[in-house]
Amino acid sequence: MLTLYGQTFASRLLLGTAQYPSPECLKRAVQASGAEIVTVSLRRESARARTGQGFWALIEQLGIRVLPNTAGCHTAKEAIATAKMARELFGTPWIKLEVIANDDTLQPDLFGLVEAASELAKEGFEVLPYTTEDLSAAERLVAAGCRVLMPWAAPIGSARGLINKDGLKTLRAYFPDTPLVIDAGVGAPSHAAEAMEMGYDAVLLNTAVAKAGDPVKMAEAFARAIEAGRLAFEAGLIEPRDMASPSTPVAGTPFFKLDTAS
Amino acid sequence: MQILLNGKRFATDAKTLDELCEDLGFAGAKIATAVNGSFVAAADRKLTPLAEQAEVEIVAPRQGG
Repeated sequence: MLTLYGQTFASRLLLGTAQYPSPECLKRAVQASGAEIVTVSLRRESARARTGQGFWALIEQLGIRVLPNTAGCHTAKEAIATAKMARELFGTPWIKLEVIANDDTLQPDLFGLVEAASELAKEGFEVLPYTTEDLSAAERLVAAGCRVLMPWAAPIGSARGLINKDGLKTLRAYFPDTPLVIDAGVGAPSHAAEAMEMGYDAVLLNTAVAKAGDPVKMAEAFARAIEAGRLAFEAGLIEPRDMASPSTPVAGTPFFKLDTAS
Repeated sequence: MQILLNGKRFATDAKTLDELCEDLGFAGAKIATAVNGSFVAAADRKLTPLAEQAEVEIVAPRQGG
């Protein structure tokens, strides 16, 4: 079971709700994924369009936990104010904390992230920070009160998979008791399976499902890959080696001659 | 009075944030608010006066990753 801030979940897939072809497709993809947590955001509401009210009705139908984000915030101040609005709006202390440093890479501003996480933790938030594999940032986030870390695999929406496997392995090794969720950059179920095989606790993704040719089928593919990766981790993977090692017993091989010179 | 509502210039006679939300038809709607960059809880909207050039944000749930 996945445990995040004392809450347990059977599914280790957290799914985003953006970019689907239709609300119905989003609903079916979430159901196919088996996800028990979906990410949401908050945006300016027009008095005329009232877009958010309809979206919220759809999320309520799903009946699962929401994880609001602070996507688009570029400073700790913006992220803190957004988190407070999200807490009231969604009725949860959980916040997927994003403080963005750069619009091209959407990489986290680690300094602003630590500043915002520290302030929000003091105010009772349960912070799930979108971070990198940087160890010093991770240490500061944990010291600030974060009980979950969410390092990126690759830039958001890039679908490149785990671009710094060594860094992610090190992070896993340094924080054996902190739930680690891969967040962003996952493009294929194999990427998610690999993260799970490395011992990551869960995977959060959006674009890879929402923009797939068939989002509902892809949601199921990710669910299976994540389950398979977790099973493999629990089973214990063998170590890779440089040279071949026969799997079929050598002893008793027909036609085998111990000394061909005589 | 001119304010900045969700990043756009907006003329209003509302004296408080609560009045503004009501005038916009948001009574009972699922929204959250901020004024001049700081969060204003629903319970505090009646106590939050609006000044000329106030920067008001009114947000609602939306899709997110």
